[in-house]
Amino acid sequence: MATATEPLTRVAARTRARRIRDPRTGRAALLFTAPFFVLFVLFLFWPVLSALRTSLFDDSLVGSATWVGLENYAELLDDPNFWASMWHTAFFTLLSVPPLVVLPLALALLVSRVGRLQWLFRLAFFAPYVLPVSVVVLIWNWLYQPGFGLINSYLTSLGLAEVNWLGQPVVAMVSIVIATVWWTFGFNFVLYLAGLQEIPRELYEAAATDGATPGQQLRRITVPLLSSTIVLVTTLQVIASLKVFDQIYLLQLGTPGPENSTRPAIQYIYEAGFTQYRIGYASAMSFVFFVVVVAVAILSIWLVRRAGTRTVVSS
Amino acid sequence: MTTLGTRRPVSGLVEGPRGHRGWVRPVIYAVLVVLALVWVVPLAWAVATSLKPDAETTIAPVSWFGSEVTLDAYRVALEQGEILKWYFNSLLTTSLITAGTIVTASLAAFAFSRMRFRGRDLLMWMVLAGLIVPFQALIVPLFTQMTAFGLADTYWGIVLPQLASPIAVLVFKRAFDAVPRELEESALVDGASMWRIYWLIWMPLSRATIAAVGIFTFVIAWNTFFWPFVVTSAGSLFTIPVGLANVQTSYGALYAQQMALAVLGALPLLIAFLLFQRQIVQGIANTGLKG
Repeated sequence: MATATEPLTRVAARTRARRIRDPRTGRAALLFTAPFFVLFVLFLFWPVLSALRTSLFDDSLVGSATWVGLENYAELLDDPNFWASMWHTAFFTLLSVPPLVVLPLALALLVSRVGRLQWLFRLAFFAPYVLPVSVVVLIWNWLYQPGFGLINSYLTSLGLAEVNWLGQPVVAMVSIVIATVWWTFGFNFVLYLAGLQEIPRELYEAAATDGATPGQQLRRITVPLLSSTIVLVTTLQVIASLKVFDQIYLLQLGTPGPENSTRPAIQYIYEAGFTQYRIGYASAMSFVFFVVVVAVAILSIWLVRRAGTRTVVSS
Repeated sequence: MTTLGTRRPVSGLVEGPRGHRGWVRPVIYAVLVVLALVWVVPLAWAVATSLKPDAETTIAPVSWFGSEVTLDAYRVALEQGEILKWYFNSLLTTSLITAGTIVTASLAAFAFSRMRFRGRDLLMWMVLAGLIVPFQALIVPLFTQMTAFGLADTYWGIVLPQLASPIAVLVFKRAFDAVPRELEESALVDGASMWRIYWLIWMPLSRATIAAVGIFTFVIAWNTFFWPFVVTSAGSLFTIPVGLANVQTSYGALYAQQMALAVLGALPLLIAFLLFQRQIVQGIANTGLKG
């Protein structure tokens, strides 16, 4: 008997010990989260607070800072270049979000209708996404060249007038959006494909058996079941577009663009900080921009939630 | 072998509505072929240009082939040697960022998924808030801070701010949450520490998630331009995106060389993409958020 009870008591003792110090509670957990949160606080959280503090000073990279209160914010309110740059960011967002939400959806739907060659189309449409922005800019700058650039050369041989793609207001922004759509299209395309993949094929089979046309299947099955993906893609795209800097800065060689028509908010902040060394003023603008982006993000997440509940209720 | 965090693979066939009329499918094919060609033309034109003698690149009307096919532009680009340095810098920083992200994010996610501790909710909210912080807007305070730390113009200056990835934490947590608790119970009864459980049970089980997060992080970090551009001023620290950003101005009208450098800059990830198309598409789809 002793041999049989002995292990049981050991288990009981161990259980008691575990109740006293369950490894799943307490300090150990904090150690697990520490590496992430130390980096997180140092490089994401602290800069936000730091921007807020610095924005109240007339600070430069060299020399000492003097307290100026809200003067930087007052200056920003009256700075036409700042508001122009905010508008350019908004304009880029308005121009880039619709094609980047709709085109990948349309192509994902088309690709879902073809059989074995799917991988080939996926390859073609997704490939540009893995390119560094500098490569994208080199290629598109070359395509947009006057005279011997590929696009203008073809326009001329078709008897059409050349377009000054990067050198005139509005057109320049449209050209930047075209290059951006080509470059980042693949990401949204893949998210849509993943969404389509989640729709059980049995639904289509059953619908087809009941005599539903492909058009009806699209309206009644695909679109409703894809709505959460569409909302997710839209939200991510709005936030991504608001952060635009790289391709505009590089395509316009660091200039404000033709008649100051393309410089986005982040570029203006960058210039204030790193070419004029006005750290305080740049921080104030950073903070205003930061608040705007976060507000838009929260608004769109709220819309996602609402749309999400509606889908669940109606289905 | 059980794996965590896998969805039905995107790389399989995606299917849509059934019962098209006979003419629909050919039309869809035609539309897709035309669009795919449009999509490929910019890359093909870059390659075609890079193979021409430089003097022939600026002739209008354009032709796809020069008088000869030459690798001269590539030879010159490689002889200058800078791009080899950029490759090295990109590979080094991107590998550190990828490894660091996987370790820090999986550790934190493990605690969130499997442990109870004070401040858990607060920390979780911080992670969620981190998803919407526009990193780009913080560039000025971040740079002054890096200067204060003495990390401007160093590899660590490039790497450290890119390590904390809230989305990676959420992806790991989602995968960990999906696993039944019984899995670690027996190990706990045997008195294993949480570190052992994390390292010997969870990490081996999570290979699919590690691959997804790793691929996603690698692609994003390899292509990140803004932060390395701001924090490095010494050419010896330039990554591929930063180094190539100066090509347009410094090479002027030498378009064959510009395109050779563009092709060389595109090559590593394009090759990786051709080899691992399935995994990369899957990784992006599963992670599903951009930086």
